Amino acid sequence: MNIHEYQAKEILAKYGVAVPKGRVAWTPDEAEDIAKNFMGDRLCVVKAQIHAGGRGKAGGVKLAKNHQEARQYAEAILGKKLITHQTGPEGKEVKKVLIEEGCQIARELYLGMVVDRARQRVVVMASQEGGVEIEEVAAKSPEKILKEYIDPAVGLIPFQARKLAFGLGIDKSIVNKAVKFMTGLYQAFVDSDASMAEINPLVITKDGNIMALDAKMGFDDNGLFRHKDIHEMRDLDEEDQKEVEASRYSLNYVALDGNIGCMVNGAGLAMATMDIIKLYGGMPANFLDVGGGANKEQVTAAFKILMSDEKVKAVLINIFGGIMRCDIIAEGVIAAAKEVGVKVPLVVRLQGTNVDLGRKILAESGLNIITAEKMNDAAEKVVAAAKEVS
Amino acid sequence: MSILVNKNTRVICQGITGEQGTFHTRQMVQYGTKMVGGVTPGKGGTNVDGIPVFDTVDEATRKTKANASVIYVPAAFAADAIMEAVDAGIEIVVCITEGIPVLDMVRVKRFIGCKESRLIGPNCPGVITPGECKIGIMPGHIHKKGRIGVVSKSGTLTYEAVDQLTRLGLGQSTCVGIGGDPINGTNFIDVLEMFEKDKGTDGIIMIGEIGGTAEEEAAAYVRKNITKPVVGYIAGVTAPKGKRMGHAGAIIAGAIIAGGKGTAEEKFEAMKRAGIKITKNPADIGVTMMELLKKGKKKAAAKRKTSKR
Repeated sequence: MNIHEYQAKEILAKYGVAVPKGRVAWTPDEAEDIAKNFMGDRLCVVKAQIHAGGRGKAGGVKLAKNHQEARQYAEAILGKKLITHQTGPEGKEVKKVLIEEGCQIARELYLGMVVDRARQRVVVMASQEGGVEIEEVAAKSPEKILKEYIDPAVGLIPFQARKLAFGLGIDKSIVNKAVKFMTGLYQAFVDSDASMAEINPLVITKDGNIMALDAKMGFDDNGLFRHKDIHEMRDLDEEDQKEVEASRYSLNYVALDGNIGCMVNGAGLAMATMDIIKLYGGMPANFLDVGGGANKEQVTAAFKILMSDEKVKAVLINIFGGIMRCDIIAEGVIAAAKEVGVKVPLVVRLQGTNVDLGRKILAESGLNIITAEKMNDAAEKVVAAAKEVS
Repeated sequence: MSILVNKNTRVICQGITGEQGTFHTRQMVQYGTKMVGGVTPGKGGTNVDGIPVFDTVDEATRKTKANASVIYVPAAFAADAIMEAVDAGIEIVVCITEGIPVLDMVRVKRFIGCKESRLIGPNCPGVITPGECKIGIMPGHIHKKGRIGVVSKSGTLTYEAVDQLTRLGLGQSTCVGIGGDPINGTNFIDVLEMFEKDKGTDGIIMIGEIGGTAEEEAAAYVRKNITKPVVGYIAGVTAPKGKRMGHAGAIIAGAIIAGGKGTAEEKFEAMKRAGIKITKNPADIGVTMMELLKKGKKKAAAKRKTSKR
């Protein structure tokens, strides 16, 4: 789960990580009020709050000299569709802006934390290339990225933070501020089950302070159960509506661009099903994993989501019955098909436990179902069906 | 022969009195697995179908001589359960639980350190040596005793491959589900090494998926250390960047911070370079192995002929 910049800064501030003074505004009136009364009518920055990066280049970050300008910029940005390299061509509508005090920047640096899968530890990354995307730095000059791996038993040790700070060329007079900043960030990271935290840029101000000018945090979905406060920061406007609907039924759904809907049990088999559709000349409309123990309600919900996608010209249901029996699945599919209605060709491939009974139930259902025995057979049939319809 | 588990493996179930734990314990008993005990804190002294339940893994291990454990406890308590099993000296700890927070796994891995225990999973179907011992949730009846080792990140996709092998008459020596989480106990390389040493394994099927670089590392290992034929498949060619595909670890990263982005193409390429026979069609995993074995036999026969001359 991702959150907005202003939310990340709220979390970080609690851990003593220095962030600029700021407040979020939903309307131009609020923006003006914050600039005038909270900021003291001084120089401030109006920043669009969307989850995607690249806001500055897309015109979503403006420097305002006073409260009138803050209002003007808020008016211009709020409700606007911001198109950045991360939003896709359709863009993302801005619903709130962060009004923040400006500062005199001396240097821009980069600081980030992620869980390194290969090392199986949290890694702190720092670079002098502030404001540049870390991917770019990693691709062009990986030697410029400094790294410290954290032993979970002891946490980020001050010497590790010092190494990074000196490595970044931070003046010795403020190295201690940098250490405090980094240890605060690490504590916030582990306490909130974060999967990613990125301060880009981390700035050194002309008056010798260290501050998170921007902040981005992402969280491990598996850890959210113990962080109700963070879970409440979820912004459904930032997510695909079909994905939100699917998550209500504990279904894993990801929307894609193709026209063949698929419903599969198990994540690996679901991906393999998408891939085999492509291999036979079609394109999958989605990833949908109904899980190992899907019940009738989930199958029905999954079916509804597939049918609500207007791009879908044919559907492939691929189930390998393990503990979940094929006859139960067959009954679920029939019930769902009857309830929701099937407007497009439906190919069903069942395999595994009680497969014969499952196939018999499908055959006797009176529904127009194309059955298949093997995965390649199923893929071929569904691709052909989708081509016929479109 | 086989790896990890066999007919002598003595298994306890952590979370045996829960719905999942009880159901799968019965399935495992039915398959022939030696289920010698269970653990549920506070339910010590009771039993499940005559299998004794203990309060702690330590007590269960001492009283039953168990050397393997299977964990079905909820995600919030799973890290605790794994570490309890490791502390009790259990050799093979199989964690089925899905949804364990990744930072819990960071701590678990630190705790395991150099201890003797081997963790399989989490978020995996388990381990099975057909006809001898099933530890996990896989449907036993699709397996058949044979000489092909299977190692995979996925559950149902593994069943798919296993089913193909069984239909072709090849069967399996042992199947190991290493799980789809970003941090897991046992990786491809560990299992590949065991299959290479196992006299009962003639060929290895390796099923990976997008995310991380475990497949690339395993491919490099295969090139240097594996002499047996290996067939490789990677799921997620059509997966978009930055989206989690069901498994917590199945995500193509935007950044190349360590090694690769985790795309299927990168992994297939690494496999090819390592001399692994890849198939891009998941329906052909079994036949690809069959053909590879036939070729190997022909080659061996040709070699014998030339050496006779």
